[in-house]
Amino acid sequence: MEPLIKTIDLKKYFKVNGGYLHAVDGVNIEIKKGQTLGVVGESGCGKSTLGRVVLRLLEATSGEVFFEGKDILKCDKTEMNKIRRQMQIIFQDPFSSLNPRMSVFELIAEPLVMNHVYKSNREMTEKILNLMETVGLAERFVNAYPHEMDGGRRQRVGVARALALNPQFIVCDEPVSALDVSIQAQILNLLMDLQEEMKFTYMFITHDLSVVKHISNEIAVMYLGQCVERAESRELFRNPLHPYTKALLSAIPVPRLIENHNRSILRGEVSDPINPKPGCRFASRCDYCKDNCLGQDIPLQDQGGGHFVACSLYQ
Amino acid sequence: MDEKLIVVKDLSVIYKTDEAIVHAVNKISFDIGRKETIGLVGETGAGKTTTALAILQLLPERTASITAGEIVYRGENLVTKSKEEMRRIRGAFISMIFQDPMTSLNPIVTVGEQIRESLEIHNHNNKNKNELEMRVDDLLELVGIQSRRKGEYPHQFSGGMKQRVVIAIALACDPELLIADEPTTALDVTIQAQVLALMAELKDKLNTSMIMITHDLGVVAQTCDKVAIVYAGEIIEKGTARDIFEGEKHHPYTIGLFGSIPDLEVEARRLNPIDGLMPDPTNLPPGCKFHPRCKSCMEICKTEHPALHSFGEHIIACHLYAKEV
Amino acid sequence: MNSMTEMNTISSIKKKYKKKSRFKEIWKRMKKNRIAMFGLAIFAVIVFCTLFADLIVPYKVSLEQNIGIRLQPPSGTHWFGTDVYGRDIFARIIHGTRNSLVMGIGAVFVGISLGGVFGAVAGYYGGRIDALVMRVMDTIMCIPFMLLALAIVAALGPGLVNVLIALMLSMVPYYTRVIRSAILTVIGQDFIEAAKACGTPDRFIIVKHILPNAIGPVIVQATMSVGSMIIWAAAMSFLGMGIQPPTPEWGSMLSEGKDYMLYAPHLVIFPGMAIVLTALSINLMGDGLRDALDPRLKD
Repeated sequence: MEPLIKTIDLKKYFKVNGGYLHAVDGVNIEIKKGQTLGVVGESGCGKSTLGRVVLRLLEATSGEVFFEGKDILKCDKTEMNKIRRQMQIIFQDPFSSLNPRMSVFELIAEPLVMNHVYKSNREMTEKILNLMETVGLAERFVNAYPHEMDGGRRQRVGVARALALNPQFIVCDEPVSALDVSIQAQILNLLMDLQEEMKFTYMFITHDLSVVKHISNEIAVMYLGQCVERAESRELFRNPLHPYTKALLSAIPVPRLIENHNRSILRGEVSDPINPKPGCRFASRCDYCKDNCLGQDIPLQDQGGGHFVACSLYQ
Repeated sequence: MDEKLIVVKDLSVIYKTDEAIVHAVNKISFDIGRKETIGLVGETGAGKTTTALAILQLLPERTASITAGEIVYRGENLVTKSKEEMRRIRGAFISMIFQDPMTSLNPIVTVGEQIRESLEIHNHNNKNKNELEMRVDDLLELVGIQSRRKGEYPHQFSGGMKQRVVIAIALACDPELLIADEPTTALDVTIQAQVLALMAELKDKLNTSMIMITHDLGVVAQTCDKVAIVYAGEIIEKGTARDIFEGEKHHPYTIGLFGSIPDLEVEARRLNPIDGLMPDPTNLPPGCKFHPRCKSCMEICKTEHPALHSFGEHIIACHLYAKEV
Repeated sequence: MNSMTEMNTISSIKKKYKKKSRFKEIWKRMKKNRIAMFGLAIFAVIVFCTLFADLIVPYKVSLEQNIGIRLQPPSGTHWFGTDVYGRDIFARIIHGTRNSLVMGIGAVFVGISLGGVFGAVAGYYGGRIDALVMRVMDTIMCIPFMLLALAIVAALGPGLVNVLIALMLSMVPYYTRVIRSAILTVIGQDFIEAAKACGTPDRFIIVKHILPNAIGPVIVQATMSVGSMIIWAAAMSFLGMGIQPPTPEWGSMLSEGKDYMLYAPHLVIFPGMAIVLTALSINLMGDGLRDALDPRLKD
């Protein structure tokens, strides 16, 4: 079956003082309809930029993005506006993603109004109240302002707004990172329930591996703009191959008393994303670094069963 | 020596705003011995940071006030101390690391200068300039930063390295107690692992006690000897790390907290979040503050504040455990 | 449920949960600030004088010359005394409020409007447009105000409108800069991206999302500017560039009275105080407004 979203060699470079910042550097992903791709990585890996480039909120430097088989990067403005209704985004920060001067009603109404979805006010109001109910927002918040609500409720408004246009594909950019643990769980359950009911396709971007395992079918691990490993969710946790993935997994503080952690603490810092040299970008921090890791780029290779890894150890 | 380094007893703090009174901390009690780390665990608004600021007397003067309780350090009550006396204690005896390393450092002063400042203020031994410089170098090496970088500015360091500098400043004068307020929350998970490992190493080397404030139970499991779970300004469960992570009896909130965390080991379709939200601190419910959200709520919970029930060092404030003696 | 009852339910839901308007909240906070209320009271009096000047004292009285009673000190018939030409100073002060307020408020209003447009365009589109607009504004700002005003008056002649043009020219670059920065702070916020993601066109984004959030600091700045514009307008009239006699205007009254300051001080005291009180009351209100808009600043 044709995947809903597919990217081919997607690149996004930013021009900065001193050269080009390789934010997204040749990423290939596929997401089938109704599934969730988890995109994991730490700050600076390019995952948020990837999400925005796929939605064309940022213009890609090169590469292709296919939505339902169509290359959206080649669409003109009118076509793009139509396609945009199918692709929405939920933001990370429930505080800055809502206009503080607009009430909940106005915030959810905006996509409906801007796309002339409803002819009558009555129909639109009905839709908005339905959306609020779907995301678990009590009716009494309909005229409330963002600063009057807590983070969890504001995030629910963000979800309602993303659902307003009945999209097929939603990019969730760290939607629960800014929330307390118990609220995180509520919002994650909501997102999963919605996916089951309405068959949404998600790109779930996060740095939190424990969250992503729960909600994703497939996970792509990103490091400095490149995808270094990609596998089905359970397989990645059971059998991580790339040294970075292993370090990432072992770095997660487990809420259990373990006498001997046996954790491989990663040394050093992330290298410079500006004008990176060819070769593995993780080499400077890798315990298994060999000569053939440097000098030329290492592509993603299939290790069988849909498990891809970009590492010279597995070539 | 079983003497406690610091004893907090029945501490209560309120914030007065134009509209209402916020009951941030309600009769919190705990103690820390030498070389011990206690974790203050809770969600946003539970009152953990307020407690930490109260210990250091750093609460905003206009709005906050300590209405009751005492904080006994070295035999003296910190609540009654004057500003000058507290100033001498801060940095030298009790130090604090704040949450966001991006804003904890002065952007226009070099990191070496910021460490030196702490040393100069508390220069009791009247060390001369060279000795202070050497100490700055030592401290930077101690936290894993090359000492030749001391002339650089904060923006030239990454998040993890900035936090190391903050730790260096906090430890500069060899304090007996270090209060760390969510020190790794703003950091990436691999950098968090580095910083936590560093803190564990330093704790051993320098015999420092620590109050670790966090909402992450994973961090607590890794670093703390004792744990206190804070909810709506009260400690609802307290004990050793073993009691909290491996004990059988728990406060319903603690069970809820553990249930909300997506567990890497367990395959669960849905998470078990706690319904509802933390209560409004200007309008706290009567009886047990957790009762509106508690699945095991009984009649008595709605009216009577639960007493502290002890099982050895493990203390739980819940009516469910009242029958057992 | 038929459509009528449905509609009633929906609009009644909206009404049931209608929250207090923001203005009421801001007003409540401002009321608590005694000093700001004092400023507001004085300003109210001044506005009253502007609007109902003719009711207080007819306009022609301010122009009536009577050399016989010139330079009289304040008395029962002439509350503020008389000036060089025997005109009633009180009448001239009252009728002068209109000119001062018009120049002060007018200059700021036009300055913000034009500055707002330029600042919005520069801030939103960035790049070359931003550079071009800001360099033009920088150039205008380089010219010292008095020199600029003199040049304009020399070219266009004295009078109310030309004073306004000069004042406005000094306000536009300043507000372009202020509004541009306010816009830059708002643009970084996620909700702007959210608006783009749901298909909101640029012009709506600027008007509905950016400007309402950027305008807060500008409003407070504006009240302060009015005060200073009133003083500049008076200064220009004092130097003979503004409103020409015999039209009553505080600045020109100061100019006329300065030669007689030593033995008829009332000629300069009253117009001077009028200028000071007006500017002061507006500044106090501005302070109060700023505190009311962002109560966190007080702590």
